[in-house]
Amino acid sequence: MSGTIIDILSWALIILGAFSLITGAVGVLRFPDVYTRMHAASITDTLGAGTIILGLILQAGLTLVAAKLLLILVFIFFTSPASSFALAHAALSSGVEPILDADLREDDKESSS
Amino acid sequence: MGNRIIHSISLGTVLFAVWLVLSGHYTFFITTLGILSCALVVSIMQRMDLIDHEGHPIHLTWRAFTYIPWLIIEIIKANIDVLKLILSPSLPATPTLLRVKASQTSDLGQVIYANSITLTPGTISVDVANGEILVHALTRSGAEDLMDGEMDRRVTRMVGEDK
Repeated sequence: MSGTIIDILSWALIILGAFSLITGAVGVLRFPDVYTRMHAASITDTLGAGTIILGLILQAGLTLVAAKLLLILVFIFFTSPASSFALAHAALSSGVEPILDADLREDDKESSS
Repeated sequence: MGNRIIHSISLGTVLFAVWLVLSGHYTFFITTLGILSCALVVSIMQRMDLIDHEGHPIHLTWRAFTYIPWLIIEIIKANIDVLKLILSPSLPATPTLLRVKASQTSDLGQVIYANSITLTPGTISVDVANGEILVHALTRSGAEDLMDGEMDRRVTRMVGEDK
């Protein structure tokens, strides 16, 4: 009985993770520039990876595999902000101008007029 | 000097714990090899002068246990906000660049703060200089939340610089 509950919980987490990965990918396609796209990609790093790995830990039960999965989660937690920062910093220092709120509104005016 | 020995011991313990988790083979011979390789890594790091409070911040361990759960809850909330934004048909993003003050004085504190900002979806730290962090926020409300400075205060409290 408790096995069924854990199964349901674990699959709910995995499906939630898959959903957030797909949404992150959709966001990468929909947003206009590097920086806003990185926001969408950071969903896959945190909620996507987090929930899928938690779901897999529930599938694995109290085994060494679960401990290894937890270790993967910890490493993602420490390394993904470092890589995001490197990417954003490289984009800014090589002169990629972020599209800001004001620019978006001007675009709207141009397209509507 | 005493600190250095404590850091070395703690680094060795953490390395060996990781080895135990990743290995899965616990015969006498292989475990001995594991202990020896951990000791080798610790001694190389000592020679490279890499063992200090920055590379291995054990003084934060207990306070991190209150900070990390708070950060995880913030990350989940921010994730839901960004998910909603991506899925809304009109894509109401209001990208903003802003500078927030990092009130931490140590490098370690500023790194933890900048990484926490990046880890939260909707805000990315782009540059860190002179006690300020340049942040790109996906929405104006996300930028305002950051300006409130609650995360800044919590990081400062965690690294123990609030006195």
